[in-house]
Amino acid sequence: MSDRKGSVEQRLEQRGVTRRDFMKFCTIVSATMGLAPSFVPKVAEALTSTQRPPVVWLSFAECTGCTEALLRTTYPWIDTLLLDTVSLDYHEALMAPSGEASEKSLHETVTQNSGKFICIVDGSIPTADNGVYGMIGGKTFLGIAKDICPKALAVLCVGTCSAYGGVPAMAPNPTGAKSIQDAIGIKTVNIPGCPPNPINMVGTIVNYLLFGKLPEVDQLGRPLFAYGKLVHDQCQRRSHFEMGEFAPSFQSEEAQKGYCLYELGCKGPETYNNCPTVKFNDGTSWPVQGGHPCIGCSEPDFWDKLSPFYKPI
Amino acid sequence: MGERLVIDPITRIEGHLRIEVEVADGKVKNAWSSATLFRGLEIMLQGRDPRDAWLITQRACGVCTYVHALASVRCVDDAAKITIPDNARLVRNLLHGSQFLHDHLVHFYHLSALDWVDIVSALQADPQQTAKIAGEVSPASRSGVNDFRDVQNRLKKFVESGQLGIFANGYWGSPAYKLPPEVNLLAASHYLEALRQQARTARMMAVFGAKNPHPQTLAVGGVTCATDLTADRLAEFKYMWQETMDFVNNVYLPDVAAVAGFYKDWGSIGGTTNFLAYGEFPENEKEPDSLFLPRGAIFKRNVAGVEPVDIGLIEEHVKHSWYEGDQALPPAKGETKPKYDAFDVDKRYSWMKAPRYKGEPMEVGPLARVLVAYGKGNEAVKKSVDGLLKTVGIPQETLFSTLGRTAARALETKVIGDAMEGWITQLVENVKKGDNKIYQSFDMPETGMGTGLNDVPRGALGHWIEIKDKKIGNYQLVVPSTWNLGPRDAADKLGPVEEALIGTPVSNPKMPVEIIRTVHSFDPCIACGVHVIDPQSNEVYQFRVV
Repeated sequence: MSDRKGSVEQRLEQRGVTRRDFMKFCTIVSATMGLAPSFVPKVAEALTSTQRPPVVWLSFAECTGCTEALLRTTYPWIDTLLLDTVSLDYHEALMAPSGEASEKSLHETVTQNSGKFICIVDGSIPTADNGVYGMIGGKTFLGIAKDICPKALAVLCVGTCSAYGGVPAMAPNPTGAKSIQDAIGIKTVNIPGCPPNPINMVGTIVNYLLFGKLPEVDQLGRPLFAYGKLVHDQCQRRSHFEMGEFAPSFQSEEAQKGYCLYELGCKGPETYNNCPTVKFNDGTSWPVQGGHPCIGCSEPDFWDKLSPFYKPI
Repeated sequence: MGERLVIDPITRIEGHLRIEVEVADGKVKNAWSSATLFRGLEIMLQGRDPRDAWLITQRACGVCTYVHALASVRCVDDAAKITIPDNARLVRNLLHGSQFLHDHLVHFYHLSALDWVDIVSALQADPQQTAKIAGEVSPASRSGVNDFRDVQNRLKKFVESGQLGIFANGYWGSPAYKLPPEVNLLAASHYLEALRQQARTARMMAVFGAKNPHPQTLAVGGVTCATDLTADRLAEFKYMWQETMDFVNNVYLPDVAAVAGFYKDWGSIGGTTNFLAYGEFPENEKEPDSLFLPRGAIFKRNVAGVEPVDIGLIEEHVKHSWYEGDQALPPAKGETKPKYDAFDVDKRYSWMKAPRYKGEPMEVGPLARVLVAYGKGNEAVKKSVDGLLKTVGIPQETLFSTLGRTAARALETKVIGDAMEGWITQLVENVKKGDNKIYQSFDMPETGMGTGLNDVPRGALGHWIEIKDKKIGNYQLVVPSTWNLGPRDAADKLGPVEEALIGTPVSNPKMPVEIIRTVHSFDPCIACGVHVIDPQSNEVYQFRVV
């Protein structure tokens, strides 16, 4: 055990990650997942195992915002994730080969790792007219999803599009876009958000690496460690809500004082997510801190059900 | 008739793109660019609150995140006749500057570098030599022998694991790769370093933007980040800006010059003919006069004769796109109806329309902006262009090429980054004297028309809105990648990327790395480009699926 620990430290150092940096990440992940501090070393071990689990990332009707969000991970950095934590065998926006050679990568890993790879999906699936609105290599997204997803150990839907339909499914949903679950009838773990915080993506993967199983989820398939509480209940401006202190306009003394954005349309009271506690971009900010109401971007059908966005609930 | 070669999917881009080329005698003779995803954003916008439009259009793309948000608030500001406060203009400029710095870095290192850099060859490099080269081209830190040996060992270990992940099945060893192993190691090392730098640069946007991607502090009328205009937040922003500029000056620009030196022949491959820039970064409320990067059009590569732009002369063609009819129409009068019948490069082959200015295909993006600014005598642009040409040792006409496009992107990163310092200083001065105005309240008009013209990392971007009963009546986007990657038009004139591909060498059709180089140099963003649906009627579309 002590040898192994030593080697973990060495490997971290080789990667330019100080042990202190790395343990900080492990602490954040453990805390995000609601684990006791004693789990911190185990998280570190899980993240540095010699066998990197194969991951296939499928992109359907999406905007690549979820991939960009993943690139913003800082503990661990994305290069550590790619070179040392998982084996990302297919990801169109990042992989070296194109065309036939890229398709080869997909089919090699799906064949060799059938039942063992993690499939991450961003984007919903256009189902109208036999799925003709989205094609890769002459195949429809619908066909690709039906072929690949059932062969995976687990399907993680990253972003509100793959989880619940999202942008393409917005009324009047011209392409018949559906979530992965609805389009092909399989159970998925959903990490919604537009895009979701990378710490919630990485946290879900770590849960799998650490416990060999996926995290506990709510009835909408969302991991409880990230989506178990309302934004409203964790908001730094909550005391202003309780005191009845509201900002009436973006240019007001109350807005300058950081009062509650409820009257400007904040959807925090109807949205389950950990934005106020985890924040985005290494804890830099989140929408309400930036003076803008929450738009409820991790809730199913929020584009239709929670809009117009500047109208109070 | 040459051999037909299809590359689908084109990877390391945003979205879903298919390229088909005809190859004869080792060169591309003909080319077809096809977008293969259709989402239909515009119809979703109809009937909604115009204030919500930016949140929706921003989701056109998560790579060019922010730019559709900016274009959207600008077109609604215009329709509601709002003049935004000075601080709002500065914050919007700073957010946009952050977007440029981030986007161009990621494009060079993570979306296009692997077309020029053979990662596998880096394993053969002598780290000592790499350190020597690094020292000659740049004062960057983390460039010692041990640094490069560490990277090499890390890559070796990765390769030995047998799990090559995103690097599996790359075109490694293709004769098209020209860098010596030592330079490959230098670039591979910076590929990894840039993966971290981009996350730090993205943080810059989050200071005043609340998050990245998809920031959330814009509003029609200004910005919302009232509590972030403080000394510590301004300092935080400036610190991250400085860190990014150090990377741009000491790593990105020297790398582009070093790599370009080995690919001088690419200074005569991949060029186009006409260029269009809307211009960007208003320095006061007067547009386009106050734009830091100017507006203009160039025809037939006549850089000295930059013409003013008349937006009324833009038309979108659909003869070769999966839409009904074959009439070219101005964006505001778009009458297109999606109609997929079959994939046929001789008939219809893309979900993108083909925008034309004065009937001509126009390249948009960094090269267009740099050429227009150069032609109009912008000192900062002139100085950096002439400097780079001299460093690499190539003549001015090589700008019209895949290499020129790649270099222009790097050059404008520095020019825009340098300009940001002035905007930060102005914002500091305003806050210091007690000006905290960030938002102008307004009444939404019953009816109105608005235009938002922008020049964003990938090129000229326009949003058009028509307001009816205080709601969105019609909304149109004409985006950079549609200009660059759209198909042929009614007169069968090739789109810019199709034109650029003609003459591209193909050393091995199984490893079409040269084709991908030129395609990537346009930084395609397909989700942005394909969004159009019938703005006039909400009828159910009839699709004939074969």
